[in-house]
Amino acid sequence: MSSIAQKKGFGATLWDYLTTVDHKKIAILYLVTGGFFFIVGGIEAMLIRIQLAKPDNDFVSAGLYNEIITMHGTTMIFLAAMPLIFAFMNAVVPLQIGARDVAFPFLNSLGFWMFFFGGIFLNLSWFLGGAPDAGWTSYASLSLASPGHGIDFYALGLQISGGGTLIAGINFLVTIINMRAPGMTYMRMPLFTWSTFVASALILFAFPPLTVGLFLMIFDRMFDANFFDHTMGGNTVIWEHLFWIFGHPEVYILILPMFGVFSEIFATFSRKRLFGYSAMVFATVLIGFLGFMVWAHHMFTTGLGATANAIFAVATMAIAVPTGVKIFNWLLTMWGGSIKFTTAMLYAVAFIPMFVIGGVTGVMQASAPLDYQLHDSYFIVAHFHYVIVGGTVLGLLAGLHFYWPLMFNTMLDETLGKITFWLFLIGFNLTFFIQHFLGLLGMPRRVFTYGADQGWDLFNLISSFGAIFMAVAVTILLINIVKTIAQNKAVGRDPWGDGRTLEWAIPQPVPFYNFKQTPLVRGLDTFWIEKQEGNKEGMTYAEPVGDIHMPHNSFIPFVMAFGLFVGAFGALYNGEQAWAVPVLILGLLITFLSMGTRSLKDDLGYHIHKEDLMDKKGGKH
Amino acid sequence: MDLNTKYTPQSWPQHAENSTLEGKNKFVGFWLFLGGETTLFASLFATYLALKNKGPEGMEFTTQELYQLPLVFIMTMLLLTSSLTSVYAMYHMKNYNFKAMQAWLMITVLLGAAFLGFEIYEFNHYVHEGFNYSQSAFSSSFFTLVGTHGLHVLIGLGWFILLMLRNSKRGLNLYNAPKYYIASLYWHFIDVVWVFIFTVVYLMGVAG
Amino acid sequence: MIKGIKKWRLFSLVTALMVFLSGCGEEHLSTLTPAGQVGRDQLNLMVLSTGIMVLVIIVVLVVYLLTIIKFRRSKVGEDVIPKQVEGNHTLELIWTIIPIILLLILAVPTVIATYNLADVSGMDKKDAKGNATAVTVNVKANLYWWEFEYPDLGIITAQELVVPTKEKVYFNLKAADVKHSFWIPAAGGKLDTNVENINKFYLEFDKPSAGLEDGVFYGKCAELCGPSHALMDFKVKSLDRDDFDKWVANMQASKEAETPETDLAQQGQELFTNKTCIGCHAVSGAGTTGARGPSLATFGDRNRVAGFMEKTDENVKAWINDPEAHKPGNTMPQPEDINSGKKFTDQELTALTEYLMGLSVEE
Repeated sequence: MSSIAQKKGFGATLWDYLTTVDHKKIAILYLVTGGFFFIVGGIEAMLIRIQLAKPDNDFVSAGLYNEIITMHGTTMIFLAAMPLIFAFMNAVVPLQIGARDVAFPFLNSLGFWMFFFGGIFLNLSWFLGGAPDAGWTSYASLSLASPGHGIDFYALGLQISGGGTLIAGINFLVTIINMRAPGMTYMRMPLFTWSTFVASALILFAFPPLTVGLFLMIFDRMFDANFFDHTMGGNTVIWEHLFWIFGHPEVYILILPMFGVFSEIFATFSRKRLFGYSAMVFATVLIGFLGFMVWAHHMFTTGLGATANAIFAVATMAIAVPTGVKIFNWLLTMWGGSIKFTTAMLYAVAFIPMFVIGGVTGVMQASAPLDYQLHDSYFIVAHFHYVIVGGTVLGLLAGLHFYWPLMFNTMLDETLGKITFWLFLIGFNLTFFIQHFLGLLGMPRRVFTYGADQGWDLFNLISSFGAIFMAVAVTILLINIVKTIAQNKAVGRDPWGDGRTLEWAIPQPVPFYNFKQTPLVRGLDTFWIEKQEGNKEGMTYAEPVGDIHMPHNSFIPFVMAFGLFVGAFGALYNGEQAWAVPVLILGLLITFLSMGTRSLKDDLGYHIHKEDLMDKKGGKH
Repeated sequence: MDLNTKYTPQSWPQHAENSTLEGKNKFVGFWLFLGGETTLFASLFATYLALKNKGPEGMEFTTQELYQLPLVFIMTMLLLTSSLTSVYAMYHMKNYNFKAMQAWLMITVLLGAAFLGFEIYEFNHYVHEGFNYSQSAFSSSFFTLVGTHGLHVLIGLGWFILLMLRNSKRGLNLYNAPKYYIASLYWHFIDVVWVFIFTVVYLMGVAG
Repeated sequence: MIKGIKKWRLFSLVTALMVFLSGCGEEHLSTLTPAGQVGRDQLNLMVLSTGIMVLVIIVVLVVYLLTIIKFRRSKVGEDVIPKQVEGNHTLELIWTIIPIILLLILAVPTVIATYNLADVSGMDKKDAKGNATAVTVNVKANLYWWEFEYPDLGIITAQELVVPTKEKVYFNLKAADVKHSFWIPAAGGKLDTNVENINKFYLEFDKPSAGLEDGVFYGKCAELCGPSHALMDFKVKSLDRDDFDKWVANMQASKEAETPETDLAQQGQELFTNKTCIGCHAVSGAGTTGARGPSLATFGDRNRVAGFMEKTDENVKAWINDPEAHKPGNTMPQPEDINSGKKFTDQELTALTEYLMGLSVEE
């Protein structure tokens, strides 16, 4: 946090965050909100494991259980993992490419607030008649039959937050295309920037099908359309297609940026440049591309026919090749290096075997006839948790420790960090490894209970036992965070000592205008190059000190997103409450009027003058 | 960027739409956005094709009986022409001829509004025949696809009108030139989508 | 420390895998103890893919362990700056090509099996007399119960599927309300029951299920379908062809209005008729699909009550008197709805139970 912010009162700080368009502060907003939803999703996970700890348990009821699993999946994917990834993208990418900010600071803020209000809206369902209960995939026949408003909350909430995600995706694409510092060619971009780029492209093309799918569902449920009602000629398989055309790229959206984070961590803590950089870039792009070709492997049992199944089976297997390339490149990055086991590095090192397990079980499921057995059993639950927890969550935890000094100029406690790491890793494996076998032994997923003596009792107990470890690990992490914030010990620039890329070259705390002078990039790992050549400043500059153009803060994004939030209630209660349509119109009016205000009132930003930059404090805020 | 800089047709940059970083960002960002829009419409087209002519048992509506090509042909001509007039407007933007640009945009808006009028008439006609939104999966998918396009037309019109009103007094500058430019890009995109709707929905509906 | 723990953990995992693959789990439920050719084909693919994948894991692990042991900073030295290697084309080619080969080894049998398992042409074969040569079952999945209709044989049952052994049994799958998925883990993989189309596949059973722990294979619903998804179990009884034919004949002969032997059961039958149970539940095995509730013609032969509860008189009574409490969201009326707002008395329940338990087509 900038030192200027800390001198302000609480109200002023709050207002600052409500109106900020600074990528560094938006990163913090994403981190806090995403972290909050991660805890919420984690609590839901614990409830699941308590319920399944013993057979015929009645800790939660059947209906409530379905709400919990639905919200666990939806929350973790859309409201925890994605925003936490955006937190790191926002915090790191502009600095890593030497940019002043993202391309559209205003839209960046709008994207966050849409995610925020979408997430709140979705979770309000708990208090307004029940949460969605058709699984995070919300397959159409069940979600149309679901009584109450749960599914409506799901569809509208995801629509709003999905819009925010799409905006963020475009923003990062443009930022990376247009705003790289001089000398930073595409093939000198750090891997985290590359993976952000590819993930953003996936967002751009994957989210619109979800938008359409959700709209069809909204229209079916709230406005009497018939897309999925087979008695009226509708077809539920359309939902499955649209959902998975989005859903499969989505898992790459979740994992690719983490591949980027791991690549940075491996290189940094091995003191060695990334092995096979160009192959890594190529593999990232290829994974992103193939990610769009394989969605129907989620539908092998839907009955698409042998030819479709065979094609999608082989296409899916193909993805293993670039992923394998990445694994070996990471290993060879460490090979011959000087490995320092910081907490971040521990997570990165643990990620390799975990992700390999998740990957190979993925290949097993690519074999369509075998998938007939594994699909919708606990095997698949184990598989995707190995990929998402073993890949994405380990990546997020690694990134949290690695980038914390960059974001806050302090460092998380390493001892507590390592305790968290071991507890989490052990707990994770205890919980999920055994679930592979539960699946093979015939246990379907999404069951609220199971009868005793089907050979599943012990394994479920072990699984639940492991979850306790993870819960304790996360608690210790929270303690660590509180402790670090309370101590507030500044660590300064390049705290790991082995930083390689531009973001570590910037002075701490990072000035709100980022680089005083735009740096000149002289190669891959530009900061490393400068350090090796003995450059004390760590940067070569591309320009003399000059005026810096900055955007104004704005409250409009908050209001725009709030309007959608209000309007969503109108849509939700359409045809049920007299006030529904007026509220829908009111909400849209708030959004469109604030949009109008934005376009009619020119906001050209302001300049920080050269003279003010010279005496460091500089510029109005 | 300074709003008060006065340009002449000679000093006006050749690519006013992306001669500033903001302009360049808008330009690239908008192209990407159109990429996303393309997948949005692709999804709607796929849905429509899957549900075409599907309805409750004994449904009497089919594409052959429903669609009236002459009407749709007039609509197509209107929209294609409006695309052309928006090109003229951008031509004058590039030559720093503000008045001509506004005038051509005005014509574009009128053509677009006429298109929208016909579309409303068409929808109204269908509803009166009993082919309303809830009638069948076919009707839902038809109205959603064509209606989403219509909504885009409406947004495009509103966008043009706001731009013309907002800048009527102050003329062209490097701040609003990119705005005009991407609005016209949007209009072209709408036009292209309509060409697909005309072909896939109407022509293939009546012929196939 | 890292080395020690990792090694221990991963080796134990691999060992565990071996143990499990060598045959664990309940024979009537586990995918690892296939009951017929389909399940066996799928298990073979599993073994093949697991083999390939374990190979990959071992290679990765060896490189991995060597790396993190050899190149720790404490070993390399604090101030050493390693050589900044850009890459190595030969190595990169190797780890691109070898995985491709490994995947091809898996892809070929995958594609072959995909086509083989989708081949349902045998369904329509007719013998000289125009009778179907194979048994085809129309499966209709309902909110928490399964209907099995044998269209060529003119019989219908529910909750407990009966199939002949040593031949392909074909299935037409459809859902009546929301999407479900038909899965008999021991016999083979699942296939969804969609609401708008019929999915077809086949399964095979090698031997009669009589030798199993409960005398039946377990079937599951594998697609989330509502609150009681977890309870939407069914059972499968496989019989030798002769026994199967006998069962079919008994089913065809069973009548709607057979009078039970005991007074109590007769009382139950009256209740069953008067309280409109019969409006939804057929009690004869002959018939076609269309009933709103599961046929009870074989109730006395079944392994479970309501598909998942142990078959005792108490459970039958408990179920009738409060279906909602046992299977939330199911469509069976509560007794209050058919019995003028009252629960059944214990006496009525006993009579009904006696009657239902007597519904049987087996000797």
